[in-house]
Amino acid sequence: MSAAPYDVEGGDQVHKGHPVQVDRYTVAARINHWITAISLILLAISGLALFHPSLYFLTALFGGGQLTRAIHPWIGVVLFFSFAGLFFRFWKANLWKSEDGTWLRRIRDVIAGNEEKLPELGKYNAGQKFVFWGMSFLILVLIGSGLVIWNVYFSSFTSIEQQRIALLVHALAAVAIICVWIIHVYAAIWVKGTISAMTRGQVTGGWAWRHHRKWLRELVAGKRTGTPAE
Amino acid sequence: MFPPIPNPPVTATPAKFGDADLVRRSASSVPAPAQKLTPVAKLIDVSKCIGCKACQAACLEWNELHEEIGTFNGTYTNPPDLTPASFTLMRFTEWVNPETDNLEWLIRKDGCMHCADPGCLKACPAPGAIVQYSNGIVDFAHDKCIGCGYCVKGCPFNIPRISQVDHKAYKCTLCSDRVAVGQGPACQKACPTQAIVFGTKDEMKQWADGRIKDLKSRGYKNAGLYDPPGVGGTHVMYVLQHADKPSIYAGLPDNPRISPIVEAWKGVTKYVGLGVMGFAAIAGAFHYLVTGANKVTAEDEENAEKLTQGGRS
Amino acid sequence: MTNSWTDIKNADLVVIMGGNAAEAHPCGFKWVTEAKATRGAKLVVVDPRFTRSAAVADYYAPIRQGTDIAFLNGVMNYLIQNDKIQWDYVKAFTNASFVVKEGFTYQDGLFTGYDEQKRDYNRSTWDYEMGPDGYAVVDETLQNPRCVWNLLKQHVSVYTPELVERITGTPKDKFLKVASMMAECSAPNKTMTSMYALGWTQHSKGSQNIRCMAMIQLMLGNIGVRGGGMNALRGHSNIQGLTDLGLMSNLIPGYLTLPTEREADFNAYMSTRGFKPLRPNQMSYWQNYKKFFVSFQKTMWGPAATAENNFAYDWLPKLDVPAYDVLRAFELMDQGKMNIYFCQGFNPLQAFPNKAKLARALGKLKLLVVMDPLETETARFWENHGIYNEANPASIQTEVIQLPTTCFAEDEGSLVNSGRWLQWHWPGGSPPGEAKTDVFIMSQIHLRLKEMYRKDGGAVPEPIVNLTWNYKDPNEPTAEELAKEMNGSVLTDVLDPNDPTKKVLEAGKQLASFGLLRDDGSTAAGCWIYTGCFTEAGNMMARRDNSDPGDTGAYSKWSFSWPANRRIIYNRASCNLDGQPWDDTRKLIWWDGAKWTGFDVPDIAPTAKPRDVGPFIMNPEGVSRLFTRGMMRDGPFPVHYEPFESPVANLIAPKVRGNPVARVFKDDFAQFADTGSKEFPYAATSYRLTEHFHYWTKTNHVNSVLQPEFFVEISPELAKEKGIANAGWVRVWSKRGSVIAKAYVTKRIRPLMVDGKATHIVGIPIHWGFVGAAKKGFPANVLTPFVGDANIETPEYKAFLVNIEPTTGPVA
Repeated sequence: MSAAPYDVEGGDQVHKGHPVQVDRYTVAARINHWITAISLILLAISGLALFHPSLYFLTALFGGGQLTRAIHPWIGVVLFFSFAGLFFRFWKANLWKSEDGTWLRRIRDVIAGNEEKLPELGKYNAGQKFVFWGMSFLILVLIGSGLVIWNVYFSSFTSIEQQRIALLVHALAAVAIICVWIIHVYAAIWVKGTISAMTRGQVTGGWAWRHHRKWLRELVAGKRTGTPAE
Repeated sequence: MFPPIPNPPVTATPAKFGDADLVRRSASSVPAPAQKLTPVAKLIDVSKCIGCKACQAACLEWNELHEEIGTFNGTYTNPPDLTPASFTLMRFTEWVNPETDNLEWLIRKDGCMHCADPGCLKACPAPGAIVQYSNGIVDFAHDKCIGCGYCVKGCPFNIPRISQVDHKAYKCTLCSDRVAVGQGPACQKACPTQAIVFGTKDEMKQWADGRIKDLKSRGYKNAGLYDPPGVGGTHVMYVLQHADKPSIYAGLPDNPRISPIVEAWKGVTKYVGLGVMGFAAIAGAFHYLVTGANKVTAEDEENAEKLTQGGRS
Repeated sequence: MTNSWTDIKNADLVVIMGGNAAEAHPCGFKWVTEAKATRGAKLVVVDPRFTRSAAVADYYAPIRQGTDIAFLNGVMNYLIQNDKIQWDYVKAFTNASFVVKEGFTYQDGLFTGYDEQKRDYNRSTWDYEMGPDGYAVVDETLQNPRCVWNLLKQHVSVYTPELVERITGTPKDKFLKVASMMAECSAPNKTMTSMYALGWTQHSKGSQNIRCMAMIQLMLGNIGVRGGGMNALRGHSNIQGLTDLGLMSNLIPGYLTLPTEREADFNAYMSTRGFKPLRPNQMSYWQNYKKFFVSFQKTMWGPAATAENNFAYDWLPKLDVPAYDVLRAFELMDQGKMNIYFCQGFNPLQAFPNKAKLARALGKLKLLVVMDPLETETARFWENHGIYNEANPASIQTEVIQLPTTCFAEDEGSLVNSGRWLQWHWPGGSPPGEAKTDVFIMSQIHLRLKEMYRKDGGAVPEPIVNLTWNYKDPNEPTAEELAKEMNGSVLTDVLDPNDPTKKVLEAGKQLASFGLLRDDGSTAAGCWIYTGCFTEAGNMMARRDNSDPGDTGAYSKWSFSWPANRRIIYNRASCNLDGQPWDDTRKLIWWDGAKWTGFDVPDIAPTAKPRDVGPFIMNPEGVSRLFTRGMMRDGPFPVHYEPFESPVANLIAPKVRGNPVARVFKDDFAQFADTGSKEFPYAATSYRLTEHFHYWTKTNHVNSVLQPEFFVEISPELAKEKGIANAGWVRVWSKRGSVIAKAYVTKRIRPLMVDGKATHIVGIPIHWGFVGAAKKGFPANVLTPFVGDANIETPEYKAFLVNIEPTTGPVA
């Protein structure tokens, strides 16, 4: 396995058949992802509730303002560790490659859905990598600034001025991460066949061929093929 | 002597102001009140203060607060800082006047300044947890407080404190309950030397003028009133012997204003943030409408099958 | 106080020396603030520490504790040298012109007649030259070298500003500034008030500290006038009432004195009281002594006190020593000569000096009864509290009985404030638990004793079995009943000698003034100076009318002020010789051509003609005294004496140690540090903080929050020298004991240059102990010396020697 291509992750496997099925995410990765996803959504809702008065009604979902305030940072801790799991799973496959540059330069074709004009890609395209690294960076910023403004436990460790900066940074980072999240979710919706990767863990061979042909080729070449699914 | 406020009648008195007199309400809006109350103010004359802490004791007792018995910490300032149970605190500073080389023991009663433009209220995310009455009193409604501590960051004077017991923010209420029935705050009532007086803001300014004149006649050429414009003026004001350098009085801000960071956070960020997020969502939807779904074709599936059927193996 | 709290607003200069009014009397201090704010008055503070009073002062001068007399004699010298004297006042209203007896001299710190063995003076030469007419000789020209003025001038001449600086450590320029500010008040339209408290009394020469300032006030013409006076700020809310009612071992109510054993019969007793006038026409009001005394005896023993038995004179105890003061009581206890001790609202284990000695003495008692609303250290003296109270209960045989009492807010009665106002108060709450009023407890003890004496007899049963006890409920007389008794009433009808059908006084009626008291047993009054407080018109003490005609600050319809509702005593002196006010803007009373009238009750007979009768009616001279004759044990003029524990020898009289006539018990002398001791090099002083009241409020949560823990105050210079950090732990010890405290390193204390040598000061607040809500700590009396003032035995708390070193925190 030492020669395994960089962006083939543990559990990735091709199943011959009709159609071909490709294992994209293990059960553990999917659980990990969904914990992260749910945390992020809860954080976004609870955070937005405290961010803008017009969204304060959302605190009702958490049992009121006091509970919202109390729960939000704890969810943040869950997200942080959960995302850390994802990070260590995915970071290698998200390293930058030359074809990512080409892909980016042809972003108009990406947006227009002209896949045929794009280079063959590994497991993740540059957009996905952007989401990955964006999330990684923003979560670090959010947990850092979040701890500073986590009044109950940490208010005595920093000055009020530092806490003010942290509040602003936290808000800006939160807006950014929500935007990243929107892009992430939209991409999954737009690119049909994607969501099953995170539900059943599999995509069709055609999906892989269309969007991550290099990855598919590597799986096949690396004899990461198994029996037909089911 | 400033005319003392007469005692209230023994019979119950209806409150003279209430929700109808709100001019600001945190994270929400209020209708403009039909008529405005006369602005009130508490004037703290530092030059008359003898640091007896009667105000602190009165505050604890009137508000039924339970402060912890601490330890000696190297000053007469006890407890060493404001706490959720100490809404007011005498801060003692030993300052050697560089002009005269004389020691001056500056004793300032710290507590909520009741800003005309309250940073706490601006920062508060909980609707109605912080309110401002048209008489200038800024009050916390604890049933609505969520304990986030944003008011602490919003305050230019570092006043509110969050209780670790009930996780709510506490500060001086200017004894809004007493003022509502025509009384002055408990601290003012307890002050033996009239270092604290209470009345309308105009009266207080006028009274301060007389005090400043007296101080100037005693050689305090920079005596003056502390009513900082950066927060729109305050409803707790100080007469200072050295009004040119408020910060010598245990760090009273020279030019207090709501932190630009807080302004940015609660101003532009709030709106632009929502806008950006909304734009992202709408852009997605629009893109979908224009481009349509990115679907895998039958050809793609075939190619994949071909590949796996041993095209290269 | 000669004046009242409210009168302080009339002052032009307020001098706080020997006290810390802002800190210890914050409520009364409002009148200082008022004088400053509305009159533009100046405030001067002279104190070893930069106090909270100094924080609001216009001028502050430091002084070494225990050197006030040197400072004030220096001021007198300054006034004389610079001719800043209100001459009309001094000449007419003081004894400046009186000629002193031949033979009276002063040398090397001592007056004529000193007996080193007895530590006492033969005071026979300390008096006036008497003329053939039976009156004192005066020289109104002040030319006679032996007149009081010239002797005084001579006496204070050594106290030059230079010497004052060397003794007191007050920089010369600061001394001169203070002296010149005081001197301005020699103008008839400028007054200065002196506010002092325990900072002057708690010295072995405390009485003379106060005399000094009283003399200055006389020289400036400030006694009897609005905004002037000698104003003692009492340390407890009712300590004025305590002295008024004679709660001293040598007094009976109204400043009458108990007989001594040399006065075996009534005539002998009266022969030294009831002074004849020393100058023509003078009122010499003590001539009425017998009326006050007999009325008191009638209150005590009613019908059993008759003319035949000299109104029960024999039933009064006769003192065999000058006084059974608290220091003597504990000395006797320690010697095993006192077996039973009642502590009523008193916590001596904290409040008297040398705690180790006190605890040892209490342990030798058979019975200790503590009546107090609070748990006290005294009641728990036998309990081991580690370093805070090391005791071995097994070795102590004293039986301790605690009787919980009500506190002032739980019962009815009157409190007398510093300004002599008797203010009635009503209960604000019910007493907790088993607490009973002091009156109830004392009544129970009395009734049981009475019954025992009646049944079993005893050595002298009469004073107890005959004691008047005419109360509705003998078990608990009401406050009103007792107040009425203090005021006094008519016992038998007094008929008009010119018209025997007319009653001048009707039996059963309350008396309206002490002028009506009689020496034939027809009137009773428990405390003659209180007569007028509860009359037929009702309870005058309960009056709450705060109108103030003329805006004089007198508030004559608010409560009752003894004597005779007079707000400023000696107020005749507020007018010139012709009876017109010295200052028209400060009118108080005046002669309208026929009688005295004005805003206050005149302190003179209403028809006494201005030039005939002097204003100081209690003195047989009719004038005030710059020379006090033999009235004070330690001299007719004040002399600077060092404290018994002093960092330096007395510069004006190096051989004199402490006050030469102060009483020192033998064993206690051995427990004094040597003068200039290397072992105890620092000058310590003890004091109160505003957050606490003595040893009471440490049991209160809020007060304990405001000042939670014992600390001592030192200068940054001493801290540096000793390696002491702010808020770090230190050990402070004297020859009598050792305490551990946090250090407060503060710029408010500075070393003083005393005779060219830096003297460090250690400040020790008094409030902590081993019971209560605040952190456990040491009381200052662990360190203080067991010696009192030569005249009234107030302990010397304000000046003693200690050493200090950094240490680690207490383990206990």
